[in-house]
Amino acid sequence: MKYSIVKNRKWWFVLSGTMILASIVLLIFVRLRMGIDFVGGSIIEVKLEQEIETGADVEEALSDLELGSVLIQPTSQSTVIIRVAEIGNETQEQIVQKLRKTYGSAELERFESVGPTIGEELRQKAIYAMIIVLVAIVAYIAYAFRKVSAPIQSWKYGVVAIATLLHDVIIMSGLYVLFGVWFGAEVGSLFIVALLTVLGYSVNDTIVVFDRVRENLSKQKSESFGTIVEKSIRQTITRSLNTSITTGLVLVAILIFGGGTIRDFIAALLVGVLVGTYSSIFFASPLLVAWEKWRAKRKSIG
Amino acid sequence: MSFKRRIITQLFLLIVLAAVALFVALPGMPDLKLGSWTSDFNINLGLDLQGGAQLVYEADLDQLADQNETELEDALQGVRDVIARRIDPNGVGESIVQIQGENRLLVELPGISDVQAAMDLIGQTPLLEFRTEGEAIPAELDVPLEMNFVATKLNGSHLVRADVSQQQGALTPSVSLKFNSEGKDLFAEITKNNIGKQVAIYLDGSIISAPVVQQSITNGEAVISGNFTLEEARELKQRLNAGALPVPIKAISQHTVGATLGAQSVQASLFAGLLGLIAVALFMIVLYRLPGLLSVIALALYASITIALFKILGITLTLAGAAGFILSIGLAVDANVLIFERIREELKLGRSIKTAIEEGFKRAWAPIRDANISTLITTLILFIFTTSVMKGFAITLALGVIVSMFSAIIITRNLLRVFVGRWSERHSWLLGWQIKKVTDNK
Repeated sequence: MKYSIVKNRKWWFVLSGTMILASIVLLIFVRLRMGIDFVGGSIIEVKLEQEIETGADVEEALSDLELGSVLIQPTSQSTVIIRVAEIGNETQEQIVQKLRKTYGSAELERFESVGPTIGEELRQKAIYAMIIVLVAIVAYIAYAFRKVSAPIQSWKYGVVAIATLLHDVIIMSGLYVLFGVWFGAEVGSLFIVALLTVLGYSVNDTIVVFDRVRENLSKQKSESFGTIVEKSIRQTITRSLNTSITTGLVLVAILIFGGGTIRDFIAALLVGVLVGTYSSIFFASPLLVAWEKWRAKRKSIG
Repeated sequence: MSFKRRIITQLFLLIVLAAVALFVALPGMPDLKLGSWTSDFNINLGLDLQGGAQLVYEADLDQLADQNETELEDALQGVRDVIARRIDPNGVGESIVQIQGENRLLVELPGISDVQAAMDLIGQTPLLEFRTEGEAIPAELDVPLEMNFVATKLNGSHLVRADVSQQQGALTPSVSLKFNSEGKDLFAEITKNNIGKQVAIYLDGSIISAPVVQQSITNGEAVISGNFTLEEARELKQRLNAGALPVPIKAISQHTVGATLGAQSVQASLFAGLLGLIAVALFMIVLYRLPGLLSVIALALYASITIALFKILGITLTLAGAAGFILSIGLAVDANVLIFERIREELKLGRSIKTAIEEGFKRAWAPIRDANISTLITTLILFIFTTSVMKGFAITLALGVIVSMFSAIIITRNLLRVFVGRWSERHSWLLGWQIKKVTDNK
C-alpha cells in the first residue's frame, strides 16, 4: 500500500472542512428540530387500525378540540404521533376519544408532557454535561500521555483530541438536522446521550492511534514524525475498521428491527460511530503531523 | 504453581463462573433462597419496557420561605411520605417516590392504566384527624384496632406545627404539638374526657400515632413521648406538619407508556440484539478463525455475566439501557480485536504462537485500558447529569465496559492459552486471515 494518509492530509482537511462548514450552515439556517424535552409541550402516540397517509385528515378530525398549533406525524406502524402545546390527561383522553370515533379504534401508546421549566433545565444540564466531558477527556489524555514530550508535548495530544471531538459533534449535529428534515428526528435527552456516547467512543478510537504513536516514538527516534504517525495509522487501521464494523452491525440490526421509540437515537449513534472512526484515522493523526510541521517551520523562521 | 497448572485452575474457575452466570442470566430459572434472603431473578424493567407512568411534581415551598434548610427538607419529606402512602399503602408495589433536588418529587408508577386517577389521588390535600376511643368492644369480637376510634372536630387545620424536642431529663426524643386557639379549646376538651385512653392521629385515613392521654392539656401545647428513635420522631413530625400545613404540588412533566408499546419494544430489542450478536459472531469467526471462535465464546460468557449482574444488582432496564448493553458488546469485541491484531503482529515478527499470545495481551492492555477509561468517564458524567431513563443507559454501558475488560483480559486469554498451542502453528489458516506460515522461532 503506497498510499499515504499523512502525505495526503490536505485532501482530508478539505473534506473535513467542507463537512464542518456544511453542518454549521445547516445548524444555523435549517436548525435542529427541538423535541419537547427542551422546549416543553406534549406528545401523544396513538395506534390506529389503519395506515394514515398524511396528517391532514387527523388534523381535521381534531380541529374542533381547539388545540392550537398541532403537528401530526404518521409512522410506518400505523400509529400517529401528535405534538401539541402542553396539555393534561383530560385533553389527551379527549383526543384519543375523538380519534376513536373518527377511525373506529384508537389506542394510547405513549403520552409525554413536559412543562417549560424542566425543558430549560434539561437544556442547561445537557450543555454542562458536554463541557465537562470535553474537559475531563482532555485532562485524562494529558495525564495518560504525560511522559511523551518530543517532538510534541503531551498537552497537544489533548488539544488535537478535543479538536477531533468538536469535529465529530458538529458533523453529527449537522447530519441530525438532515434527519430532522427527512425523518422528523427531534433533539431531546436521547440525542444528547448519543452525542456524549459518541464522544466517549471517538476518543476511545483516537487514543488507540495516539497510543501507537507514543509507542513507536519511543522505539524509533530516527524517523520523521510524519513517517511514525503514518506507520501508527497503518498498524491500527485494521482494528479501527473492524471495531466500527462490529459496532455498526449491531446498531444496524437494532435500527432495522428494534423498538421504534429509540430509532432516532440509534441512527444518531450509528452516524456518530462512523464519523468518529473517520476522524480518528483521517483527521486526528494528520492534524498532529500538521501541527508539528507548522511548529517546526515557525522555529526555523523566527 | 506451575504455569500450566495455573491455567488449568483458572479455566476450571471460569467454567464454574459460566455455570453460575448462565443459571442466573437465563430467564425462567427458579428463585434462589439463601436462608431468609430471596432473590427472584427477574430483570427489573423500566417504564418504557413494561408500561406505566413517570410523573415529576414541583412543590411550592414559598409559604415556608422563612424556615431553615432542615425544615424545608422535612416538609418535602412529609409530602413524599404522604404520596407514597397513598399510591402504595401496603408497600408491596413497585412504585417509586423520590425527592429530586430542592423541591421536586419523582413518582414512578409501573404498570398503571389510569394515570389521571393516580394523579388525582396524589394531588389531594392531606387530611389530618384526631380521633378518640369509641365504645368499648367486647373482647370476643375480632375487630381491628381502627374501628374503635371515633372522629372528633379536631383536625389538621387546628395544628399550627409539630417539632421534635428533647424534654428535660428524658432519654429519648419526643414530638411537641402546638395548636391554634380554636384547637387549644378542642384539645382541652378531648384530653379532659379521655385521660388514660388513647387519642389516635390519622393521616389520610390511617393511623400514624395513638398516644395515651396522661393529663388534661389546656394551653394548646402537647408532647408525645415514648420510645422514639430520632428517626421515628422526625418522621412523625413530618407527617403531622404535612397535615397541618400542606405543601401545594404541581405536576410539571409526565411520561406515560402503554403496556402494549412496552411489550413490543422488549420483543423488538431482544430480536435486534440477538441478530446483531449473531452478525458480530460470524464476522469474528470469518476474520479471526479459531481465536475468533474463542472470542465469541468469551463474549457469550461476557453477556451472561453482565445480565446476571443486572439481575443481582437489581438494575432497572430501560430501552436506552438495552441499547447501552448491546453497544457495550460491540466495544467488548473491540478489546478482543485489539488483542488479536497485536498477536498477529507478533506472529509476523516471527515469534512462536505461545509467545505471540503473551506478548499480544501485554501490549494490547495499555490502549484497552486508556480507551475504556475515557468511555467510563463519559458514562460517569452521563450518570450525574441525566434523569432516570438515561441513567439506565449510563449504568448498563459502564457495567458492560467493566465486565468486558475483565472478559477480554481473563476469559479470552485463558481460552487462547488452553486451546491455541504449538499445534496450531502447523495449521496457520486456523489463526486467521492473512496469517502466513509461521516459522519455527523461539
